[in-house]
Amino acid sequence: MDYKAIIAKYRDTTGGILEAFNAVQKELSYLPEEVIAEAARIFNIPAAEAYGVATFYSMYSVEARGKNVIRICESAPCHIAGADEVIAALERELGILMGESTVDGLFALEFTECVGQCQATPVITINGEPFFDVTAAKVPGILAKFQK
Amino acid sequence: MAEEMRIVLRNYGKIDPLEINDYIALDGYKALEKAKAMEQALLIADVKKANLRGRGGAGFNCGQKWSFAYQAQADQKYVICNADEGEPGTYKDRLIMENDPHTLIEGMAICAYAIGATKGYIYLRGEYPFLVSTLNAAIEQASKKGFLDKFSIEVRSGAGAYVCGEETALIESIEGKRGEPRFKPPYPPAEGLWGKPTIVNNVETFANIPVIVDKGGEWYASIGAPSYPGTKVFTLTGDINNRTFFEVPTNTTIYELIYKFGGGIPAGKKFKAVQIGGTSGAFIPTELLKTPVAFDAMSEIGATTGSGAVLVLDETRDIVDVVTRIAGFFEHESCGKCAPCREGTARTHELMHKLNEGFGSSEDLELLDRLGRVMSISCLCGLGQAAPAPVLSTIKHFNADYYAKLV
Amino acid sequence: MINLNIDGINVSVPKGSTILQAAKEVGINVPTLCYHPDQSVKANCRVCVCEVEGYGLLQAACSTPAAEGMLVKTRTPKVIEARKTILELILANHPQDCLNCARNLNCELQTLAEEYFIRDIPFELRTRGYEKDISTFSIVRDPDKCILCNRCIEVCSVTQSVYALGTENRGHNAIVVPTMGKSLLDSPCVMCGQCIHACPVGAITEYEQLDEFFAALNDPNQVVVTQIAPAVRVAIAEEIGMRSGELPMDVFVAGLRQVGFDYVLHTNFTADLTIMEEGHELLDRLNNNGTLPMVTSCSPGWINFCETFYPDLLDNLSTCKSPQQMFGSLAKTYWAEKMDIDPASIYSVSIMPCTAKKYEASRPEMQDSGYQDVDLVLTTREIGRLFRMSGINFKKLAGANFDSWMGAYTGAGVIFGATGGVMEAALRTVYEVVTETELEDVNFTAVRGMEGIKEAEVDLNGTVVKVAVAHGLSNARQMMEEVKAGESPYHFIEVMACPGGCIGGGGQPITKTNADREVRIEAIYVEDENCEIRKSHDNPEVKTIYEEFLIKPLGDKSHDLLHTHYKAKNKKYL
Repeated sequence: MDYKAIIAKYRDTTGGILEAFNAVQKELSYLPEEVIAEAARIFNIPAAEAYGVATFYSMYSVEARGKNVIRICESAPCHIAGADEVIAALERELGILMGESTVDGLFALEFTECVGQCQATPVITINGEPFFDVTAAKVPGILAKFQK
Repeated sequence: MAEEMRIVLRNYGKIDPLEINDYIALDGYKALEKAKAMEQALLIADVKKANLRGRGGAGFNCGQKWSFAYQAQADQKYVICNADEGEPGTYKDRLIMENDPHTLIEGMAICAYAIGATKGYIYLRGEYPFLVSTLNAAIEQASKKGFLDKFSIEVRSGAGAYVCGEETALIESIEGKRGEPRFKPPYPPAEGLWGKPTIVNNVETFANIPVIVDKGGEWYASIGAPSYPGTKVFTLTGDINNRTFFEVPTNTTIYELIYKFGGGIPAGKKFKAVQIGGTSGAFIPTELLKTPVAFDAMSEIGATTGSGAVLVLDETRDIVDVVTRIAGFFEHESCGKCAPCREGTARTHELMHKLNEGFGSSEDLELLDRLGRVMSISCLCGLGQAAPAPVLSTIKHFNADYYAKLV
Repeated sequence: MINLNIDGINVSVPKGSTILQAAKEVGINVPTLCYHPDQSVKANCRVCVCEVEGYGLLQAACSTPAAEGMLVKTRTPKVIEARKTILELILANHPQDCLNCARNLNCELQTLAEEYFIRDIPFELRTRGYEKDISTFSIVRDPDKCILCNRCIEVCSVTQSVYALGTENRGHNAIVVPTMGKSLLDSPCVMCGQCIHACPVGAITEYEQLDEFFAALNDPNQVVVTQIAPAVRVAIAEEIGMRSGELPMDVFVAGLRQVGFDYVLHTNFTADLTIMEEGHELLDRLNNNGTLPMVTSCSPGWINFCETFYPDLLDNLSTCKSPQQMFGSLAKTYWAEKMDIDPASIYSVSIMPCTAKKYEASRPEMQDSGYQDVDLVLTTREIGRLFRMSGINFKKLAGANFDSWMGAYTGAGVIFGATGGVMEAALRTVYEVVTETELEDVNFTAVRGMEGIKEAEVDLNGTVVKVAVAHGLSNARQMMEEVKAGESPYHFIEVMACPGGCIGGGGQPITKTNADREVRIEAIYVEDENCEIRKSHDNPEVKTIYEEFLIKPLGDKSHDLLHTHYKAKNKKYL
């Protein structure tokens, strides 16, 4: 992936390092060191500061992780709507625990706080796309969409 | 009994959000034209008269805020829309942006004219990536129609940080930094984005502006509770029959929200508690349900109107467990800048976990209470100050639930 | 003026003052932890919170501007409860090992814990479990002790423009880390050690090597020789309960003999020698179209900085080794010969105000004597520890003289310890060498003092030489940006990595403020005034070494032993 070209697109966006990181992550699902260093160079900030940004926001990962990032909301409305069962189902279905990635590199499983879809709890998102009123039974069907 | 009244959601379901002509057909952008024909100071005076108070949670008088930025002398001023809607249980800003992006843009443009800003930002939470194209399309349409001739708007996305809903953390984030709040003063209308005078208003606040300009401040001030007039959008979650949203006048009571609009508790169960204003809101027991949802009335009972989230718990819910989860939220979302929040949110979670698991003592409960009191008055920003509210309010109103779990 | 009332006392302060400053005016010390008088306000520890009438929330005294009519209360029960709770929170996540911490009895957190009589910490005690970072063998970071005040980050970024430190993660997982979360050695760190002074606790210290010193002392086959850097004497007094400059040099020397050094020599001698070499190098560059401006090379933090950030400008650096390293190579050649001591048996210890000197001594290029030129570098603080454990009462100690051949020095060597000192010493010599007339006034006051960048002009027989002095690396950066752009008007630039020069070095007694640095600078110039000889070229032992060994400045021997070249660091991430 040509991360340099992606970052370069935001060269003239003042303070646009988050935009650049967001764009890279869309392609790569995480922020490798060289991406952070390149962004630091383009936005003319020290690498130490760019790294600080990359580790501050919960949607960024500086560690390699699965391509499709599944995030399960664990905020109170989802919590009381049964998020725990969804978590168990996802862990079972993917054979990994929360915070891990599948060995085939296809999925990463993470917690998130509220994603603002509380009319349809519990909610999960995959690569930012929300799935509503998720139940343990719905999990295999949702995952199937991304298994190709 | 109060009826629903739609101001910010006036066009909900009536227009195609991606079609500016639909918006214009319903008198869209007329308020902007009207505003531009007014003197800036008079326009601000009218917004002040409306007594519109910030809908993001802090409840500051919007017109007053604008007047500070208007009076500030600077070569550049900014208008920022806070669309970092992160309070769990809240999705009202998404509703506005998804269904009527132009009302937001019009509100921002009016503000820009009022304070003399030429550049605006919409800071959109990272969890709403699907709204970027909607907002950009709307900005482009408005711009093509000439409504944004002296004002440009850029959409910036966050990346998962609740604290960026705090206006100075949001500003730091737009500047490409870690979203750590600044100490105040200076306040953003004096020194904000890149050190320039900046207005940061919530999506719902801006969405009110076109209607206020159109119908006048006096009209708006007459709606709902006089000290916090207008309407407020509430999103109902948890154990409630109508798990949906309502826009109601601000003199509506909590009871009405739950039993009239919300349709009461499902499966014939009894009400136990409601948390209003988001996850940093206080838990309210049955005996306080007659309180109106307006800011000051809520303050009087130690609660907040906040973002308008309404989380209802029925009699079967374990309130200590729910508050433990909320404590986990704040530990996760603390930025870590100030000591009482960084350490305090983690310790609150630790103590709540201990109590929830049945290992806590009455000393732990006292410590939790002291910690909460200290955090609420000494943390650097609103996150740390509000974080103990769920703990303190449940210790106060649902003490028996805690005692039942003590060793 | 703003009029307010603090704890019942009326006070008027200039507009823009904070509650903290106003309180100080009326003798009320509000406790602080993240606050640093020479840095920006951070307001992140919240220990300074006070009650202000009309506000429900407590206000941080460090960041809240004094306002007309304000009523402030700094010690109500509410305030005390908040401060105690905050301290308990910080302490509960801080190792409980004060007794064996390098900052024991000199720690801002410990002081506050004492003042607020913290006895039982109600929270479960935890440590974060980070490993110490000893990668540089100069500076040691112990992240478990970090309280996230951010003072180290600011000094590294703003004062030094090195940007080796940042914050990783957020919330309770937030921690100060070197670039990309890697080791300090992998970061652009230049080992100046200014972060040590900025740290309120023991999270950053020097790499301690007293044990290595004792091992050498106990080895009957080793002759332990020491050199004392110019900036050490004024500051060492602070380590043994005296005021800066209060310990006379001869008593200091006697103390070093007491703790077992076989020979006590002086880096000031090689400071004078540096002036001879560097002065002639400057004249050579001026006369033969050499690379200009020439920039001094005494400060190893600065050398690291130049190698890291300005590798293309390394030719501008004087080829002179630092006085420490000149001493090192001469001790095992010239001095060994003169004393008839087998150089292999010499264990050369230097006493330095500096952490970067530890790194410098270990550089592979520093073995021109055929041995490692300097075997061990101890900081002023480490010598302080050595003195304290040795139980010496300096008030009763009779003075002693330096040993011969590399112990004599002049006032010019002395002032190396302060910013501008190398420049002034060089000007004293260069002027007299070129003009062959004696200076009427040896004091070049334009290059003295705490101003970040100072400049002066000297007329050398019709040639006007422009010089500048920068201390603190952000000032150095400014100088080098001009050089890089080809816009530098100067012929000669002195750079010292640390603010104030070596008296403010990373190995000095914990130096909280620039005001502390100024006190030491004053002591340096007093010592210079008291020197009988104040020009390097008049140093009798310098004359001897040129007569008997080096023959002439920039000669073959000098080339072999006293000069060197530096190379680009090629750090992966800056």
